[in-house]
Parts: sequence; C-alpha cells; structure tokens
Amino acid sequence: MSRNSRSARSAPGARLAVDIGGTFTDVVLQAGGRLWTTKVLTTPTAPETGLLEAMQTVLADASMTARELDLLILGTTLATNALIERKGAKTALITTAGFRDVVEIGWEHRFAQYDIFLDKPAPLVPRDLRFGVAERINVDGKVLRRLDEAAVVQLAAQLQKENVESVAVAFLQSYANPLHERRVRELLQQHAPGLWVTLSSDVCPEVREYERTSTACANAYVQPVMAGYLQRLETRLRDLGVRCPVYLMTSGGALTTLAIGAAEPVRLVESGPAGGAILSRTVAQQCGVNRALSFDMGGTTAKICFIDDFEPQLSRNFEFGRMYRFLKGSGLPIRIPVIEMVEIGAGGGSIARLDEMKRVQVGPDSAGSEPGPACYARGGTHATVTDADCVMGYLDAERFAGGRVKLDSKLAEQAVANAIAGPLAVNTELGALAINEIVTENMANAARVHAMELGKTVEQYTLIAFGGAAPLHAARLAAKLGIARVIVPLNASVGSALGFLKAPVAFQAVRSWHAILNALDTRRANALLDDMQQQATDMVRAGAPGEALKTTRVAYMRYQGQGHEIAVDLPAGKLTAGNTAALAARFARAYHAMYGRTIPNLGVEIMSWSVTVATQLKPAARARHVRKRVAPRAATTRAGFEATQGKVRAAKVYERSQLAAGSVIRGPALVAEDQTTVVVTADYSIQINELGYTVLSRNGSRRT
Amino acid sequence: MTKVTKRPGKKPARNALAEIQMQVMWNRLISVVEEQAQTLIRTAFGAATREAGDLSAGVFLTDGRMVAQAVTGTPGHVNSMAESVGHFLKEYPARGMRPGDTFVTNDPWKGTGHLNDFTMVTPVFQPVGKHQRLVALFASTLHVVDIGGLGFGPEGTQGYHEGLYVPILKLVDAGAFSETTLKIIRANVREPVQVEGDLYALVACNEVGGRRLAAMMNEYQLKDIEALGEFIIRRSHAAMLAAVREWPQGAWSTSMTIDGYGAPITLAAKLTISRGGIDIDFSGTSPVAAKGINVPKSYTDAYTSFGVRCIIGANIPNNAGSLSVVRVTAPAGCILNAPFPLAVAARATVGQMLPDVVFGCLRQARPGKVPAEGTSCLWNIRLAGGQGGQNTQGSATKGRRFTVVGFNTGGTGARPAQDGLSVTSFPSGVRNVSLEIMETISPLVFWRKEYRPDSGGAGRARGGLGQIIEIENGDGAPMVLAATFDRIEHPARGADGGKAGSGGRVHLRSGKELIGMGNQPVPAGDRLIVETPGGGGIGEPRERARDAVRRDVALGLVSEEQARDYYGFNP
Repeated sequence: MSRNSRSARSAPGARLAVDIGGTFTDVVLQAGGRLWTTKVLTTPTAPETGLLEAMQTVLADASMTARELDLLILGTTLATNALIERKGAKTALITTAGFRDVVEIGWEHRFAQYDIFLDKPAPLVPRDLRFGVAERINVDGKVLRRLDEAAVVQLAAQLQKENVESVAVAFLQSYANPLHERRVRELLQQHAPGLWVTLSSDVCPEVREYERTSTACANAYVQPVMAGYLQRLETRLRDLGVRCPVYLMTSGGALTTLAIGAAEPVRLVESGPAGGAILSRTVAQQCGVNRALSFDMGGTTAKICFIDDFEPQLSRNFEFGRMYRFLKGSGLPIRIPVIEMVEIGAGGGSIARLDEMKRVQVGPDSAGSEPGPACYARGGTHATVTDADCVMGYLDAERFAGGRVKLDSKLAEQAVANAIAGPLAVNTELGALAINEIVTENMANAARVHAMELGKTVEQYTLIAFGGAAPLHAARLAAKLGIARVIVPLNASVGSALGFLKAPVAFQAVRSWHAILNALDTRRANALLDDMQQQATDMVRAGAPGEALKTTRVAYMRYQGQGHEIAVDLPAGKLTAGNTAALAARFARAYHAMYGRTIPNLGVEIMSWSVTVATQLKPAARARHVRKRVAPRAATTRAGFEATQGKVRAAKVYERSQLAAGSVIRGPALVAEDQTTVVVTADYSIQINELGYTVLSRNGSRRT
Repeated sequence: MTKVTKRPGKKPARNALAEIQMQVMWNRLISVVEEQAQTLIRTAFGAATREAGDLSAGVFLTDGRMVAQAVTGTPGHVNSMAESVGHFLKEYPARGMRPGDTFVTNDPWKGTGHLNDFTMVTPVFQPVGKHQRLVALFASTLHVVDIGGLGFGPEGTQGYHEGLYVPILKLVDAGAFSETTLKIIRANVREPVQVEGDLYALVACNEVGGRRLAAMMNEYQLKDIEALGEFIIRRSHAAMLAAVREWPQGAWSTSMTIDGYGAPITLAAKLTISRGGIDIDFSGTSPVAAKGINVPKSYTDAYTSFGVRCIIGANIPNNAGSLSVVRVTAPAGCILNAPFPLAVAARATVGQMLPDVVFGCLRQARPGKVPAEGTSCLWNIRLAGGQGGQNTQGSATKGRRFTVVGFNTGGTGARPAQDGLSVTSFPSGVRNVSLEIMETISPLVFWRKEYRPDSGGAGRARGGLGQIIEIENGDGAPMVLAATFDRIEHPARGADGGKAGSGGRVHLRSGKELIGMGNQPVPAGDRLIVETPGGGGIGEPRERARDAVRRDVALGLVSEEQARDYYGFNP
C-alpha cells in the first residue's frame, strides 16, 4: 500500500500498531513522518499468523526490518470473542458459603418490560462448578467467620479431578479485606499447582458483589487462552527480530504490558473501539475542539463517545454478551476501566422493515457482509441503510469500499420498494429517505439520552465522524442534534489502529473504601491513595521506564443513600481535614454540572477511590489556519436526494483527493473518496483544512 | 442514477412526505419522554425510583390524552398516570394555565394508587405572535421514600393513617415554588430533604421534556402537535385492534385465591374478546380488606392492562389509542375498586397478581401462548432497627438506627416452551440492591442468598425457582421486619397438568414461623430467613425432556427425590 520509495530506516520513532478485528487485521506503521497501512483477513484459529504476515507486509513496504521498530502496539478482540462465543477455559468459582448463586441471580430483573419470553444470559461458570466455602468478612474488613481451610484443600483435589483449568475466587466484602481470598490462592497453588487463579480483590476491588464476582469469572474464563496466546505471540515476535517494547491496547484507551495483559486479560476486552475514540481525541487536538463527539459508524453498529478537553469519557461499567444486543442490563457485567461509549444497532448493513403500526424500523439486526445489503448483489434481499444510501444517489456504484464491491442500484431500489415504499404507498426515494431519517433519528436519540445521562449539552459539541458509513450520515445527524460543525478525518478506515499510536501507557488502580466525607479519616485515606499510587506507578514504570508520568486521583462520591456515584477529581497532595470542605465543594460542582442542582443539608459519602498513572504525551500539533480558496469545478453531477428538502435535485460531486487545503464548497454536494462519500446537505458547507480533513459547518453558524 | 418512480393512483407526494415526517416525529417524541424519564432516574433520591424504575414519564395533548410514555420499570403507572392528567385538567382547566406552572398531587385515586406516589403535570407553551399558546402537557410520577403517617406498610386501616394527603394543587406558579406547600410536606415526612429533592426532580424532568418538545416543534415548524397526536393515537389504536382480532372471540372466566392480610382474597374475572377490543370485569372479587392492601381502580386498570399487553400487542407503544382498546370494570367496594378513605399503601401486593388473573382467562383462549402463574408479588425485605416507637412496637430500640429495603423476588411461571425464570421480577421490573451496599448503609449481615431447590413447579416446562435469604442484625440488636408477602398459603398454580410452585416461607433461625403481612420482631442474635415462592409448571412433569431433568439434578435445582417422584426420573 505504500507509495513511498524512500526507506524509513534512519527515521527515529518507528512505531507499528496492529488491530486484530473480527474480520480484518489492520496494521499501521508510522516512521519518519510517514504512514504505511495494510489490511489482511484475520486468522481466527491462530491470530498471530495473520498478524505476523501483515506486519511483514507493511515492513517490506517501508523497506524496514522488525529489529528497527521502536514500539509495537497490539489490540485484539480475542478476549471479547472468547467471552461472547463461550470459548474460554473450564472455569470454577469459589464463593462465601451461601452465595454461590449471586453470579447467576444477578440483578433479579427483566431487561425488557413487555417481553415475557426473554431468557437471561447463561453464567460463564455453571452451578455445578460453583462452590461455597465457609468464611465471612464484614463491611469493615473484620473476620466474622474464619476460613475453612480444610474445605479449600478438599476442593483443590476435586477441581483437579474435574479437569478445571481456571478458578475465580470471590468472597463477600473481599475488597475491604482480601485476607481469605489470598489464603485460598496459596492453598490452591499448594494443593492444585497449575491451576489459574483469579481473585476478585485483585481484578475488581470494588463494592457490589455481583459485578465483582462476574468480573473475576470473566477474567478466570479467558485467562488461560489469553496468557497462552500472548506468550506464543511474544516468542514469535522475538524470533522475527522484534527488540522493542510490546504493548497491548486496553478497553480504557491506555497501553499496558504483556505481563499485565496476561494477569488481567479482562482489561483487554473492547480495545478496538477504544482506539477509535483515541483517534478522535487526536483529531480534536489537531482541530482545537474542546467538546468533541466521536461518531464511528460501520457496517453493523454506530458508536458514540463524548470527549471533553481531549479526554474521552471514562467509566467502569461494561457488559458483554447482551441478549438484546444493545440493551443495558441484558448482558453480563464486568467492571474495568473503559472508554464510555453508546453502541447503537445502526450501520450500513442494518435492516429496515415496517412494524405493525407501519412505522419504519431500522436495525438492530444487520445483513452483515454475507449476503450483505441487496445492492451488493450477493443474494441479499433485505432493504438496508446502504441500499437507501444507494437509492438516494450518495454512493458511487463503481467505487464502493475502494472498488471491492460493485453496487447494483436496481437491486437496492427493488429492496426498498418491497420492504418500505410499496407498503407505505410512497415512491422509492421517499422510502429510502424514511430509512435514512429513522436510522439517523435512532443515533441522535441515543446521543441525546447519553448526553442526558452524563449531564452534557450536545448542541455545544463538534462531531468527529469516521468509519465507512459515518460521512454519509454525519450532516443529518449533526442537524438533528443541533450541532454546527462536523470533522471527517483522513484514513478513517484504519482508525482504531491509528488511534493505538496516540495512546499513553497507563494503569488505573481502584479500591472501594466507604467513608463519610465530613468524618473522613484522612490518615487512612492518604495511606490508601499512596498504596494505589505505588501500585499504578509500578505497573506503568515496568512498561515505560524513565518517562514523565502524570497522576489523576478520583473519588467516587454521592449524597448519602443515593444509588449512583459520580467521579470527582481529588486535589493534588495529601488530603487534610482542612480540604474535605474543598472536596465537598468539588462534589457539589460536579453534581451541579450533571444534574443542574445540588441538595442542601444532605451528607456526602465516598464509595470508591481510583488512582491513574499515565505517561505524559505531547498533544498533537494544531492544524494551521488556511486561506479559503475556491474549489475546482465539480467532477460530475449526480441526481441526489436532498434530505432537508424532501426531493431529488442535482448534487455536485467532488473528488476529495483533488481538493486542496482551504477549498470551500457549499451544500448540497457530495465529496467522493475511495472508501466512502461525505454527504453535504443544503444546510451545511465544507472547507478542507490543512491536514486534508473535511470540515462541515452549518450555514449561518459563526465558525467556519 | 435516481429516477422518481411514478405510482399512478397513489396519494400525492406531499402527503407521502408528511407520512414520513410524522413517523420521524413519533420516533422523536418517544425519545423525548425517554429523556424525561432518564432525567428523573438520575436525579431522584428514593431507591424505588433509581433501582426499581418505579417512575413514569409521558407527554399529553392539551385535552389530556396521552401520546407517548417512557418504558420504565413499573407497570403500576401504565395507564394510571395517563388517566391522572384528566383529573388535573378538571381541577385546573387548560385555559388558566401559564408558562412556568406545575401541578402536583399524591391522591391515590386520582394518581397512581398510594400516597407515596407523587404525580406532577407541567404545561408547555409555544409563542404565537405576542401570545403563548398551550401545546402539550408533560406528566411524571415517582415513589418517595416516606410520606409520614404510620410509615410504609399495610398496617393502616384508613387512608388518614397512611400519611400526608396532597390534593391536586399548583406547586409552581409561573416559575415560583409554593413555599407553603413545600413547608407542609417537609413537616409531615420523615426524610424531608430526600422527599423535597424528589419533588424538584419531577419538576426538572418535566422541564427537560418541554424543552425537547419545543426544539422538535421548531425544527419541524409545528404550531401544535394535534395532528401528530391524532396520527399516533389513530395508528396505535388500529394496530392494537388488529392484534386483538387475531385472537378468537368469546368470553372466559377464572378466579385465583391469594393469602391477603388475615383472610384469603379471591380475584375473579371475566374476560371478553370482541371485534371492538377486550373487556375485563372483576365481578365476584372479594370485598375490600380492613388493612392497607386495597387497590384503587386506577391501579387495577394499570396491572390488568399490562397483563393483556404482555400477550397481545406487546410491541405497540402506550398511548390513548392503544390503551383504550382494553377496558376494565370492577364493582365499587370490591378490593380492586376500593373507595376513599380505605387504606391502600400496600396495594401492589394484590395489584401485581392481576396479570396472572388475565393469563388465567387468556390461557383458555389460547393455551400455547400463555405462561403459568408465578410469584408475581415482590418479596421486598424491609427491615428497621434502633428507632423506638413508630413501626417497632418498642422491640427494636437498641443498636444503630436504620431502615433498609431490599427488592427481592421469587420464580416466574413456566412459559409454554421455556422454563420459568428463577428469582426474577414479574410483573414489576425491579432490580435488586447489592447486599454489600446494604451492609454498607446498615448494620445488616447477610448469611445466605441462593436458589431454593425444588421450589419451581414441576412440569414439562418447569416453574422458576425462588431463593433463600438469611439476615442478621450485626450490631447484636433486635430489628423489625415489615412484611408484605403473599403466596405463602396460596402458591402459584401449575397449568395443563403442571404442578404448583412452592409457597413462600418466612421464619427465624431459632425456629419461629412468621406471617406474610405486618410488622414482626427479629430478636437480637437471631436471624431472619426468607424463602421466596417458586413459579408454577406447565404440562405433565413426566413429559419433561430427560436431558432437562438430568441437568436440573446435576445443577442441584431439583433434588433426586423430586426427580423420581414428580418426573419419574431414575438416574
């Protein structure tokens, strides 16, 4: 894929990132200020094979060898796939006696109010491999009932007999005192050597027994697979001549070492989308966007993430294997640092149909890539979003997906007519418009509700759109959200891998310790924070010796008795009795920002604490302002459906590669490129910026 | 590449575009009420609102007809809130409303069935020239932690015992809160800060709804939402009628007896399916009870309607159009139409049984489509300690002061082709509260929470299992259980040859059996043991797939004895 003949051999900072996705493995090599990319098919049985092949291809393109790399970053869906496809190890769970069903009982709720035929996700560890052991520690960490060590020894033999490979240990209140969990590990190591052991107090030392136990089970379940894979991979990388540090991308958008990845593989779930959010952060830095809304729309789903002051929204709640694919509460929880994203069943392949009220419904099911949308001419007959885009004249039949798929617009029209337009008695274009408008509404609604959950005002944001289908729908989405500006970066099709190159090495330590703010034992709080700081620093130092580090400390606080905590930054330095008042004020500010008010006369409590240590990265350089210039004449004109006016009109079609920086075009227009098309509706105009990014601005808005 | 295909004989394109815009706006309106509900969940205080989703949010036309309602955790508000807006309009006619007004009540008969539920209504205006024109009303409901009186529970014998009664009145007048009203409320409840916070949350969520609606109206340049509302109501009504017409027409009767408080209660119903909809008549149902488990009619309507909608028209959104297809009658003076001033605080215990009664009728119409009876009522464990006097009968005055509610459940009924769900809420949609969180905010220590083997009714499809929970006051002090449990004496029945689920059980570790209703002491050092009911089974147990029986035994969900005796299974 390289168009560069000059070797990057002498360039400092040769960095390579690999994103092993479900279908494709993407590789990006950055060296000497240049970029090489390649895409190969993922090899699911031995993912390292595809990875090494792709690496060698891109290195050959750049005339480099593996020995010359300074940094190697890997992201993998292997942990996610093992969880979703239930291809992990034979795993057992040891709990406090009387509580072995906590992990299956879960929240006791039905996630869909009107669906009485729903089933709940099966637990990773079946009941006959869940064992209770007599012990009990109370909320203050005091031992109420001593650990029955003889029972653990007996259990060790039983686990071996049952060929269990991995064990999770999750006792009640173990975050307050891990004594018993640690003793169980010792006993198992002694009496059942070779068994993998995960302690809930290691992977998730946080209050809430279901979530903590579920996290420990997920870690235990994927650990043998992941550790084996990472070990094989390291050996083969070294054989290939790789001498540089190798990092893994985590779900929290930070890098970690192979050793930590093998110890806590649950942190590696969902690293690909995190890479996309990190890319958006870089674009936001380059374009000086303090309030960015990352919008990634691909074939199956769309993902939305808020990025304030160049920091993606973080959370510690994640669910996998949702029974209702996009419904909260229908999956199994894991508590790890994640970049908070809303995923919507809205992609190019999402299927449109009418419901019993003749309402157009789009998704969440997708036609996928096989057979794919009707216009792929591979036997698909469902009307999809891509078919609607095709009918509306947005897509170039010859160039879709870089020319790999030739589109048949007749089939698209037929599918839209059959599924939507015919039964609604409207013409095909209006049927396609309905599909487009509804899928965009669905995304806008999800973004608005998410903004509400986070206490953000979505109108103040700039949309950063990437992924194959995003540029087609970004203008309408922005209009519906009241957003004035949209940025479409270059090279968006390998966005995640590109993002990996921009991520810091970091580690977040979390611990639950309940404290009433105005009676805070600061000595104990400082000791806890120091301990966590040490732990996080050690983890980062192992991967980034000698680098400048920065620390972020957070308390998860709430009004006494409330159900949700909010993250409040702690001041630097030791906590003193004097600054608890300042902390209360910080909480009040954060609460007000989120909910628009505070509650007088109500006590504040802290449920959990976290310390994040990260390498300090230089922010991406700002793009320089470029002078406006008149765009060259449109390459062609195409009949395109203008969503804002509800009718077909001629749209000018421009070639992105021929638009110099500064070029200005007023909508309606289409900007074509190899992978996709930027749709500029009549209410937006574009200007190409210094970096070649397409920047859409709403007509009449102040910023251009 | 695009040609406008002419379709002769079809409506002109202008109407076609209007159809699509209507659809898009309908979609948006549902999102508006979801945002309204989300605001309430995030800002409310009571655990019932946050964790159990015990709240409601919706938007109404100016004549009081509901056009969209958020899907939230409790069916108890399904059409009770919808009806309540009409009562507000009678008290405060639309023409007298001004921007910035908000109206409030907790009237059980005009709201959602007990004093703990506050409903608020906020009008939304749009400028027309120099004037402000009323375009819609937003309503929302939530459950506050305390409303004074005896404290939450079925112990009252009159509505007056159950706490402060706030008739429909104007709480916010053109933006100014009525300090008088707030003062009275603060002075009458045990948790004034939290209750006041919840009232502010209701006002705020209606405001959010109003702002979003205004934005939509500006985007689509709408002067009002009458045409949109009619479109939604008409479409939904037609879809619901079509769903009903797919069922056989006829009338079916059933009755179900439950424990009640002190004396059993029979819930009798006749359900009639006709071309015009579904009518349910509760004639023959037991009269009102002495204590607070009576059900106001609005709440009966809600759970009856929900029961129908679980089976018929499950995907059709709630609004005036879809709700009007299901009509409910109950004779005045029966427990399902309890008049003022009867005690109604724990009306949920009886009301939550109504979907099972509806299923009992519908099962006769189409046996293969309907689940067996389940636990249905919530088994919330409400414990208090250290507070002396009120609610404690003087037995729990030592130790730390606390009140804790754990939302807990039993098993649901078997489904025709699937087992029932173990330890799962139905018809309520509650989520439980973490045991560790409850141990953090109270002196409680939990010693057990696990499946209750053999509690699921045997059948070709097995009922869901209940659970066993064991709790101690870690301060070594006494505490008081405020029980509102049913299905102890009258378990969930099986269907079509399936066996009943196990009845619930409440006892002390020291051996004493407790009863399902009312305040009862747990002595210091003793432990409360709660065993929740199982769901009923469907079909002859001996017809159950042998692999399924084998798996149940291997997992310890069914004992070898039960496998042998009920399922005829010998490993």
